[in-house]
Amino acid sequence: MTKLLANLGHQVTSRLWRLGFASRFFLAIFLYSGTSFRRLQLTLREVFFSGVMSLIIIMVSGLFVGMVLGLQGYDTLQRYGSAEALGILVALSLVRELGPVVAALLFASRAGSAITAEIGLMKATEQLSAMEMMAVNPIARVVAPRFWGGVISMPLLAALFSAMGIFGGYLVGVVLIGVDEGSFWSQMQATVDFREDIVNGIIKSFVFGVIVSWVAVFEGYDAEPTAEGVSGATTRTVVTSSLAILAADFVLTALMFRGV
Amino acid sequence: MNQEPLVQIRDLNFSYDSRKILSGINLTIPRGKVVAIMGSSGCGKTTLLRLIGGQLKPSSGEVKVNGQVVHELSPEALYAMRRRTGMLFQFGALFTDMSVFDNVAFQMREHTDLPEELIHDLVMMKLHAVGLRGAHNLMPSELSGGMARRVALARSISLDPMLMMYDEPFAGLDPISLSIVGVLIRKLNDALGASSVVVTHDVQESLKIVDYIYFVSAGKIVAEGTADEIRQSKTPYVHQFVWGEADGPVPFHYPSVPYGDELMQAVN
Ligand SMILES: Nc1ncnc2c1ncn2[C@@H]1O[C@H](COP(=O)(O)OP(=O)(O)OP(=O)(O)O)[C@@H](O)[C@H]1O
Ligand SMILES: [Mg+2]
Repeated sequence: MTKLLANLGHQVTSRLWRLGFASRFFLAIFLYSGTSFRRLQLTLREVFFSGVMSLIIIMVSGLFVGMVLGLQGYDTLQRYGSAEALGILVALSLVRELGPVVAALLFASRAGSAITAEIGLMKATEQLSAMEMMAVNPIARVVAPRFWGGVISMPLLAALFSAMGIFGGYLVGVVLIGVDEGSFWSQMQATVDFREDIVNGIIKSFVFGVIVSWVAVFEGYDAEPTAEGVSGATTRTVVTSSLAILAADFVLTALMFRGV
Repeated sequence: MNQEPLVQIRDLNFSYDSRKILSGINLTIPRGKVVAIMGSSGCGKTTLLRLIGGQLKPSSGEVKVNGQVVHELSPEALYAMRRRTGMLFQFGALFTDMSVFDNVAFQMREHTDLPEELIHDLVMMKLHAVGLRGAHNLMPSELSGGMARRVALARSISLDPMLMMYDEPFAGLDPISLSIVGVLIRKLNDALGASSVVVTHDVQESLKIVDYIYFVSAGKIVAEGTADEIRQSKTPYVHQFVWGEADGPVPFHYPSVPYGDELMQAVN
């Protein structure tokens, strides 16, 4: 029994320690972010890598999610005789919720895990150590550009996801089922609010971008410098950031859409 | 020229957690000289280099480089010191996301404002010195182990350092590249007016090129001397090492309970 308690206490304190390290690491990234912006091509290269890597999966998933929304939405709406509202339903679900959340989940498993694996391997093969010996700070040169690359890519990918989703909803709703094209678009335009819906969606995807990138670079940098260490860290990146995204989504939604 | 040795190590102790790795090390690297550190695998040679480079902090004692105590330097001063030191890592540690050329150019681009044409010429010169000018477009994954180490060598000398540290520069090289790299280490040292530490197992090769040799065993310096003194030495440690005998005072096994006891335990 005491053993169990001691074990539990140990688990809790070690988790807390790690959270503390992660927070300090977060501050260090900001402290050493000068290089990422002074030498913008370093960051843009990471935007390119994490963005392009996730492009196909984001576009295809967006299309399918939109098509499913088209089917399900039509099925529900036509019972109340308001099938023309399909455009609104598809657009709002995507822009407010599914775009940022699903894109972030995909981003975490595609780009986040890749970032963790890359940094972890650089550590395991002493590349970070070598860089330090060359008087180049690895947080400034390797970590911060990847962090900012992820933060910048995320809203762009979420927007792309939503756009593909709306297109998918259009394909199913208008082209396949035959909902009136004019009202599909015009109702969408009239109802989707820039400040309430689009800006809030962008804020969400930005926050998710920070979460995924932070978890990914921290897990990589903190990985045990062995093959198992890196593979464990990669898994933790996906699990931790997915849970954090869903939790943050609830909090953000509660804050943003209260009373609407 | 300043007569004070470039590196002075006094009563250095170091432990990982509770395991003592180095104890009471005293060692000097005079300016302009090439010093070898030899010892069996796992005796703490790489650890010693990391202590000189300031990546580890001593448990007690001190390492002085160019008159400054390394573990007391501010981060800025430490980085300033590291700009003037080069280190060849045991496993090369090339940046795997950059080509051979970019690896060698890395420090020049990070620390200087040299124009790209000049960097190109300098990089080609360094690669020529290690015989790999033709390989400048390859990625590290396309190199053999020995080639990677030579590229790493070219990278570590890219800013003409005052102190060079080589961790096993001869491992994995064929006899020809081995003696070329040996001569290169000596020549670079003399041409740059630098000082060098070479950590190595290769007794014969290093006897040809180094000025002074330290033998480390179980975290202590057990013998030292010039190349000639070492060749003639009758000390059992040195004799065993120079002639590569398995039995002798140099322990081959990682410390553990006696093998017999372990077998008995398994039986019980
Ligand atoms: N990060 C670490 N944590 C704990 N112990 C370590 C660590 N790194 C090395 N050691 C231990 O320190 C000792 C010395 O290691 P070191 O790498 O300095 O050996 P070495 O002399 O360079 O050996 P080799 O010739 O095989 O490269 C080894 O016994 C090793 O087990
Ligand atoms: Mg070693």
